Amino acid sequence: MGRGIRELEEKAGLLRRDVIEMTTEAGSGHPGGSLSSADLLAALYFEVMRHDPSDPGWDGRDRFVMSKGHAAPALYAALAESGYFPREELLTLRKLGSRLQGHPVRGKTPGVEMSTGSLGQGLSMACGIALAAKLDGKDHRTFCLLGDGELQSGQNWEAAMFARHHRLSRLTAFVDRNRLQINGLTEDNMSLDPLPEKWRAFGWNVIIIDGHDMAQILEACRKSGLSERNPTVVIMHTVKGRGVSFMENNPEYHGKVCKPGEEAESALAELGRRRI
Amino acid sequence: MKELASRDYYGKALADLAADRDIVVLDADLAESTKASEFRKVAPERFIEAGIAEQDMIGVAAGLAASGKTVFASTFAVFGSGRCWEQIRLAVAYPRLNVKIVTTHSGISVGEDGASHQALEDLAIMRALPNMTVVSPADAHEAYAATKAIAAFDGPVYMRLGRAKFPVVTEEGAEFKIGVATVLRRGADVTLVGTGQMVARCLEAAEALEAEGVDAEVINMSTVKPLDSVALFESVSKTGCAVTAEEHSVIGGLGSAVAEFLSCELPSPVTMIGTRDTFGESGAPPALMERYGLTAECIKAAAIRSIGMKKEPIR
Repeated sequence: MGRGIRELEEKAGLLRRDVIEMTTEAGSGHPGGSLSSADLLAALYFEVMRHDPSDPGWDGRDRFVMSKGHAAPALYAALAESGYFPREELLTLRKLGSRLQGHPVRGKTPGVEMSTGSLGQGLSMACGIALAAKLDGKDHRTFCLLGDGELQSGQNWEAAMFARHHRLSRLTAFVDRNRLQINGLTEDNMSLDPLPEKWRAFGWNVIIIDGHDMAQILEACRKSGLSERNPTVVIMHTVKGRGVSFMENNPEYHGKVCKPGEEAESALAELGRRRI
Repeated sequence: MKELASRDYYGKALADLAADRDIVVLDADLAESTKASEFRKVAPERFIEAGIAEQDMIGVAAGLAASGKTVFASTFAVFGSGRCWEQIRLAVAYPRLNVKIVTTHSGISVGEDGASHQALEDLAIMRALPNMTVVSPADAHEAYAATKAIAAFDGPVYMRLGRAKFPVVTEEGAEFKIGVATVLRRGADVTLVGTGQMVARCLEAAEALEAEGVDAEVINMSTVKPLDSVALFESVSKTGCAVTAEEHSVIGGLGSAVAEFLSCELPSPVTMIGTRDTFGESGAPPALMERYGLTAECIKAAAIRSIGMKKEPIR
């Protein structure tokens, strides 16, 4: 392990600040689910994944598929912080001509593996990537971040069957279980529980963690990399809007950004003051 | 005319392509019908079963292609275009990934299975996707050559094949060039533009027209997108009118593509042969072709109509 827990937590904090700044500047976007997944992205991009920002197409890299594409701001922040492109570019998010589209686009943004944004599709793509590695006898890993709301989409369960049937043990999926979707609580809208049992029934290894505990995230990544037969899902209990008190657990901030001025400043004050 | 099933030749071509180790074939529980099973016989390790899960199959295809594979994904036309249209849009067409969606059992000639299995809209919905190439071979030989051509082409392709045996109208061994139409018969009075098995009907219609002193040109438009507008312009500049013929709805398919081009670049009378804003039904294929107006007789009548609409009628 290169970086220590504290350093990774600081990285996650930086990503959160970037998310607020980017989405406030853009005037739209999805901060809530970006904030809930920032810790995982910090762990993956700054510790767990084998990747080379100076060579985004390096064949030996581990792959990350952002199935919950609306969390693009968090992904872009992680990519910029890794050095895939200049941090100043983060402020072009969602603007005409920007490489940073509202949802991730393969071929547009260095480091983005697949185009996502229409929910429910990323796990299938990740299966294809993991299968290609398996066919070629390569050992890189494939990671996929799923929103919990998008698990209401049947394609995820087709992919879950596929991954187990084809023994894609180098595939690790993470579920950002913040329990909120646009309409409110997932359990009121279209219930997902008992979620671990569903994945177990599909034959996956299931690891349940606190998605904001860096040590637990790292341990889950390590353990899932040891699986020899089955894919692994890490169900991360998270808080939507994590890190900004007035956004936490508030479904409004799924697709609403901070108002520039006082609201944004108070969010940034809670997160500390680095500027893009 | 000799009759062969284009899907048999798709299977042969896949098997012949298996030496290329980058090729992976995906199936959704219909390999014996689509003939993708021929690939499984020679390269079982690169034949991947996705189960009856077309949406997942397309996502997997995209992931494989993103890792450098040339992916063929096969099923019936209704399922391979419609069930997973939005997956094709986002995962394949938008990032321009190297996935070939090859479907069989298109059109009304699926026959007895009925409307649920008769794709009459697939050309329209695939053609509407940016970055998508749409290929519809006229017969088995062309299906073989086209399979090899799309394998060599880097980008998303939708290729449409039928179920039944169709008359052979192209030369075995002829090269297939994506986006290049072929003139199968020269004529001066009307251009008959066909795709898929309707090309054979166009040739039949041209003979019947000849008996009545009408000189019809027949174009095999085996790539529906990009449309060979040069061939079309040349032909219609000469004949002054056209008939389109497809085993597909007249809404959005070949007829629409031809009319879109001609109305903008060379306004000319066009009569469309295809199904009319309707679903199909069960029946024997020839009876259905008759019932839905997909015959040489109908093409002939359409030709007379188009000629009659010319500003300066024939000779």
